[in-house]
Amino acid sequence: MQEQTAMEPITFVVRGTGVKGAGAGLSPASRHRLFGLAGPILLLVIWQLLVMTNILNPVFFPAPTQIVSEIVNNLTTGQLQGDVWVSIVRVFWGFLLGAIPGVILGLSMGLFPLVGAILDPLVAALMPIPKLALMPLIMVIFGLGETEKVVVLLLGVVFPVIINTAAGVRNLDRIYLDVAKNYNASTWQYYRSVAWPGALSMIFSGLRLGIGMALLLIVAAEMHGALSGIGYRLWYSYTMFNISGMYVSFVVLALLGFIFTMLLEEVEHLVMPWKRA
Amino acid sequence: MSAVSRGEFDGLRGRTAEREVRIYAEALSKQFQVKKKTVTALDNVSLTVHEGEFVSLVGPSGCGKTTLLRIIAGLETPTAGTLTMQHKNPQQPLNSMVFQEHAVFPWMTVRKNIAYGLKMRHVPKVTTEKIVNEYLVKIGLTKFADSYPHQLSGGMKQRVSVARAFANDPEILLMDEPFAALDEQNKLTLQQELVRIWEETRKTVVFITHSIDEAIFLSDRIVVMTAHPGRIRSTFQVDLPRPRKIEEVRSNPYFHDLFFEIWSQLKEEVHKARELEGIEGGA
Repeated sequence: MQEQTAMEPITFVVRGTGVKGAGAGLSPASRHRLFGLAGPILLLVIWQLLVMTNILNPVFFPAPTQIVSEIVNNLTTGQLQGDVWVSIVRVFWGFLLGAIPGVILGLSMGLFPLVGAILDPLVAALMPIPKLALMPLIMVIFGLGETEKVVVLLLGVVFPVIINTAAGVRNLDRIYLDVAKNYNASTWQYYRSVAWPGALSMIFSGLRLGIGMALLLIVAAEMHGALSGIGYRLWYSYTMFNISGMYVSFVVLALLGFIFTMLLEEVEHLVMPWKRA
Repeated sequence: MSAVSRGEFDGLRGRTAEREVRIYAEALSKQFQVKKKTVTALDNVSLTVHEGEFVSLVGPSGCGKTTLLRIIAGLETPTAGTLTMQHKNPQQPLNSMVFQEHAVFPWMTVRKNIAYGLKMRHVPKVTTEKIVNEYLVKIGLTKFADSYPHQLSGGMKQRVSVARAFANDPEILLMDEPFAALDEQNKLTLQQELVRIWEETRKTVVFITHSIDEAIFLSDRIVVMTAHPGRIRSTFQVDLPRPRKIEEVRSNPYFHDLFFEIWSQLKEEVHKARELEGIEGGA
């Protein structure tokens, strides 16, 4: 090391700034939400301007205002409500009939090693088959109609629910099992007081994936052999070359996805009060 | 756990002066099979714990103290040797364990966590509520009775864990380094609380710790264990008067003498354990 020349000491001063974010102004959370809203609004404004200045072709990209008036039209004829209701009912049954056996099977696979050993390979083999590929077969078996649509959806829902539920039970911290054992919990008490609440978090991630699957499949299922529903309307708009009609379906699907996710979140809060802050 | 005949226990009682023997471990060994290699966690350990006695097991990590406790708790079985325990009142649970940490159920409120053992053995609701309220006061968490564990600090969670075990009213309490993860201030507070609650109930306790201070402050007797394989090296009687206060115990010259005596033995074991693990040097 070279010899250091004598240097002036430097004095650092850190002054109190007062409480940040106190008093006037928005909380960080509401600011975040505000910016979150600003994004889509900005996009719509730009879109509108681009169409009005003919930079975007209004045939393929109808202006937001036109989509809104198309929605209003469809609402006044009652057609939109009808389609939405039909789709919601199908998604509801498909989701329910997929989720309930999914949870039951997943729990049994997680809790009973023998059931797991038998079903694990089966689930692993069947899960990767795209459910859309099964649609023709399901149509042949069940014919065109409500049953066929519900079956397609439930097949899409059941697998992610099974896999997540089983993983939820299997990944439970072993110490909870020790506690239950040490406190002489019966098998049934263990299921109720430990395995079920402990796996709930994973069960809900399975259900969220399942809802996504159901919304994906409802569109495809309704494009064939249906006379109502959002998927049907989307396909019908295509055959009529009614592009803004297609956009109406997109908007409705986005809203449905949002609403279903919110609903599931609400249920999750109700069922797992310990997750709340 | 085999039942023991009256005669055998009377024999044991004769051997150990006035108090009854509650736990009698004779030549317990535990071996695990890890990838075709046999690991001996516990080697020929014999231990006697008497009625109403607070016994601490101290030893370097990997000395099998947790294994021994888990065998006593019935969570594991020994490979060799016998463990004899006397269950005096079958109406009461034999043992309850306070686990290291993260053993409080996150999905139950403080109240439900404390009530867990009572609920599992179908104690009437009114009685359960009374006992739980009592322990909520004892651990100072009445205000948090309906909170969930994630809203509590680490110290509060361990209080809940301790209360859950005491509320279950077992004949024997087992504690596996319950305060190891806490900061020093919380640790001292909880040790004092534990001593206070224990002095009121005088349950038979087997307590595991790696802290000599803690062992001396809490126990009637301290058992020092060796590492790899776990054996019992020596036993120390702690002749400090009760009720105990941390300040008084710590300022007692006897505490320091005992501390150094135990540490001089434990130090050797820690060194041996380090050598076996291939770590050079050490304090």
